[in-house]
Order: sequence, then C-alpha cells, then structure tokens
Amino acid sequence: MISNDAPNPLDHVAGNGLLDRRLFLSKTFLSATSLAFLGSGANARAARPTEPWMTQPGAPFTNYGVPSPHAAGIVRWVSANPDLPGNGVAWTPLQDLDGIITPSGLHFERHHNGVPQIDPARHELLLDGLVDRPLKFTLDALLRYPRESRILAIECGGNSNAGWNIRPAESPVGTFHGLVSCSEWTGVPLRVLLDEASVKSSARWAIAEGADAFGMTISLPLSKLRDDCLLAVMQNGEPLRPEQGYPLRLIVPGWEGVTHVKWLRTLQLTDRPMMARNETAEYTELQPDGKARMFTFVMEAKSLITNPSAGMHLATPGYYQISGIAWSGRGKISRVEISADGGKTWADAELNEPVLPRAFTRFRVPWQWQGQSAILQSRATDESGYRQPTRAALIAERGRHGYFHYNAIVSWEVTTAGIVRHVYVDAAPEAGAGSSDPFDHAWD
Amino acid sequence: MRPAPLMLIATLLIFGGDLRAEQPSHPLSPALGAAPTADERARHDNVIFPDGTGLPHGTGTVARGQALYNAQCVSCHGPRGRGGSGGELAGGNPDLTATQPDKNIGTYWPYAPPLFDFIRRSMPPRAPWSLSNADVYSLVAYLLNLNGLFAANGRLDAASLAGVKMPNRDGFIGIDARIN
Repeated sequence: MISNDAPNPLDHVAGNGLLDRRLFLSKTFLSATSLAFLGSGANARAARPTEPWMTQPGAPFTNYGVPSPHAAGIVRWVSANPDLPGNGVAWTPLQDLDGIITPSGLHFERHHNGVPQIDPARHELLLDGLVDRPLKFTLDALLRYPRESRILAIECGGNSNAGWNIRPAESPVGTFHGLVSCSEWTGVPLRVLLDEASVKSSARWAIAEGADAFGMTISLPLSKLRDDCLLAVMQNGEPLRPEQGYPLRLIVPGWEGVTHVKWLRTLQLTDRPMMARNETAEYTELQPDGKARMFTFVMEAKSLITNPSAGMHLATPGYYQISGIAWSGRGKISRVEISADGGKTWADAELNEPVLPRAFTRFRVPWQWQGQSAILQSRATDESGYRQPTRAALIAERGRHGYFHYNAIVSWEVTTAGIVRHVYVDAAPEAGAGSSDPFDHAWD
Repeated sequence: MRPAPLMLIATLLIFGGDLRAEQPSHPLSPALGAAPTADERARHDNVIFPDGTGLPHGTGTVARGQALYNAQCVSCHGPRGRGGSGGELAGGNPDLTATQPDKNIGTYWPYAPPLFDFIRRSMPPRAPWSLSNADVYSLVAYLLNLNGLFAANGRLDAASLAGVKMPNRDGFIGIDARIN
C-alpha cells in the first residue's frame, strides 16, 4: 500500500520531463521494470548457441590489453598547427566515456613542440636557487621516495574557449570541452624534496622547467608547492605516458593545466616570478577595461552534460539518463542541477560516489523525453559556494577577449526530431566577438 | 630578557649556515638528493628575469635580426610579424579596450627581457637552442623595432634590453598570486 504522503517517483521534479534523481535507485522502479522479464520465457527449452564466440575458443592472452575493435573509434581528436604538427591539442572524447577516470591513452594533450622521448637514465631533476642545499635527483633515487596517490582532474586553461565565439560551435562535446581529463596520479609529495633541499626563507616562488623542445617554464608560488603538489611518476597505476610527462610531471591540484609541467627537469626557487612568455603573453585574460588577469591559476567550477550532447540523436521517445561531469579547482562539487527547459526550472542530479576534491564528479538524472523540444543544461556548485555562471554573466564580467578560463553553463537543444545540438540561450553582448571558428586563435 | 633567545642567537652567530645544513630532512625522506656539480647547475641555469637578470653577453642589430627573421621565422609568423599561423608579433590596434584589440609584443608583453628567454629556449621550433646569443639579441632588436620600441640603427645588449620599457608594463592584475 502506498502512503498518501510519499511522492510518486514518476512525478516530474522540474519542467520538461525531469524525474527524481533517486528514481533509478528506488525499489518501486526496479520491481516494475523487472517483473516483465521474469514472467516471460520461463519455460522455454535451452536452444544451442550458434555465435562463434560461444562455440569456438577465444583469443589468446595479451601482454597489454587494447580496446575492442568495436570500440576502436573512441579516440582523441587531434588539432594541430599544420606548420608545426607538435604544436596543438588532442581532445578527450568525453561523449564516449563514463565514470570519472579518463583512460591514460585518452587523456587530453597540449604540447607546444611535440612529445619528447626521454631516456630516464639521462634525466635528472635539479632543485636549485634559494635553497641551502642544491640537489639533483636521478629517477632511480626518486622512485625510492614515499608516494601518495590522488584522483585529480587536469583542465587546460584554454579549454572550452569556443564558448566565447558569436555562434555556438557544433562539434562533439569532447572536441569543444575535452581539454580536461581525470586520472589517478601517484608521486612524491613535493614538500619532501623541498625540505631536503632546505628552502631559504626569502624564497616565494619556484620556476618549473620541462625538458621538451619548447622548454616550458612556469612560475609557481612556493606556498602551493608545499601545500599539495606532487611529483608524479605514475598515472592510473602505471608509469606516465610520454605525452603526459614521462618520466616526471608536476601535479598542481586544481590549477590550470599549463602549471602541471611535464618532463620536469628543474625547480628553481626564487623570490619572484620569471614573467615567462606563458604567464604574460599567454594564459592571461584581457578584460574589457584593457587590463589583463594574470596568475589565474584556479580552474573554477564547471559541469557538462556528456550524454546526450551535441551531435547525438535520440532515436525514440522514452526514458533517458542524463549524465555528465562536474569538477572544481577549489574542492569538492557539492551540487549539480539539471534543467530541461533552458534554465527556467532545475532539478538536483544524483552525484555518484566517490565525490572527491578537484576530481571529476559523475552526475546522473533520469529524464522522460516524449518527443518535445528541450534545452538541457547543467550547473555545478562547489563546496566554496561558487556556482557555475551563465554565459551572459561570464561575458558581462570578462568581456570577449579573455580566451582562457571559460566555464559557463552549456546548453544542448533537443529538437522534436531528437537531434541534439549546441545552442546559446541567454542574450550575451555579441559586439566585438571573434569568429564562429572554434580554432580562431593563432597557434602559439 | 630570558636567556634562551640569547643562546640561540649566539649559536646562530657561531655556526651560521652550517646550522641549517645540519637540519634533518623531512622525516619521510630517504634523502637521496646529491650535490650537483657546477657544470650540472649551469645546464639548468637558463632563466632570464624581467629585470634582465640572466641575460648573457652579446650584441645584436636590427639588420641582422631582419635577415634572420626572413630566413627562419617568416614562414610561421608572416612578413613583419603578422599574418602567419604562429602568434602575431607586431602591429595592429594597440588599444586593448578596442572591439578587436591586437595582442602582441608591442601591445601586450609587459617586459622585454623575457623575449630573449623565450626565443632562445623555444625558437625556431625546428631547432630550439640553435641560435647564438648575437642571433637572439638581433631577433629581439628586430621585433622591438617592428613595434617602434627600438631604433633601427641601435645595438642591443643586456643593458639596453633591460632598459626597454614596454607599453603594457602595468597592464596586468594578479588574481591568485601577487604580481610584485
């Protein structure tokens, strides 16, 4: 008997068909759907299977597993400067993935001059500058140090920058927002090495240098390095991939990707930043008043619906699970809300455990699509209280030429034909906008 | 005054830096870092600071820089620093509040010495670290000249490069860290 005050789980909790986030967990729903299967075919005789994978032995063991040939299309989309193929990006196919861990081979890439193939026997890390004891570390030595493992998202500061364009980019969500990925990173807490070198009290910054043909350099506040940075040697349980920094990568939790210096070879302690090209001319955000934001390290809260998302097709009306990812450089995601009516009404999404600080959080909500047009949105709130802004609010604050740190709410329109496409729902000042080409920025 | 601080001061005066050297490492550390040689330190000591600290000896000219640019840079950066697939280097609208501002060396870079740092370590992409110091000074001289910041007949060296004041020197606001 159903009590009168219990809500019907099939009641909509927000406009345009959004259902209660707990619906998939509720016994009512499970029993109603499973009864039909239990009743049918109970007396049928076992017919012999004819599929070859059941009637012939399977393939032999492999030394290193690879995806099924049927999943071989799930790959990074590469976009690079034709004049310089090592300068570009490879996007994580977020639309094809689920959960919170990005497979290492699908983790996004941003390189400025190719992937160095480093011989670990010839690679050393030097700690120098304002330290009492300059120290060099071989990789063998570092592998003997105590380690920590943490699941952390890394997002390029330039991720989602097509969002600044006048017209909405119509590319798969991964080719638009896929310069973010989440892995388990294992390495040496940097403070252990800093203590061994005995940092002088006058030090305020450290300049990190990578051993690639770009010579990446970035200045980082010493306080952050001491607080929670890792010198990673492993990703998702195995040694770093070359394109992720083998043999050593700096992990700077919650901060923009360029700070996570790959192929790390030098940490020089200083009393000031070096004002490198990549912390002045790039990775800064020009505002409408002509001043530019610099040292914008923290990646603010952001969320995306990855399924359904642009380019997908809802073939038939019925129940769908809306699913996506949320993350914040400031800590844990505390709430993700979903709208199916372009932001008029919102329903809480279910946050899958684990909900970890500065990592992807997977969210889900059931949705009843009956062939109506809809606009799907997600908005994240983090534990600091920060809530993901609308696109109009972000542009009103930052103008059109920031390029980096775009984290506005994303809108997917579902047409009555079930076509899913990217749209803008809020009126933003479009004067002075760039082109609609998502790659309108010169390669740098 | 209590005696303990006096003793500490006396100890510091006597032992100086050695006292620090005797401090234990982090308790979890196997302390396997080794002292680098002078040569090893030199191979990592390549940062040039915004005040010019770290700039090497050498001299460059605009004319030599122009020749180098047209031989090695123009294919990606375009004639006179504009129009290529690489970053825009000069010209355009210097008003950063404009509808379509041009961000480049002359309009946007806050300091000049990092140009030397960047070109030396990163350019040309097919052969980084291949340019001599005179080559790099010459390229920087040419690029500054394209932006109206260095005389066509000038000779650029460490002192004169450190003395170039960039127009957008005060154009930045520190968000998650102080700039100065």
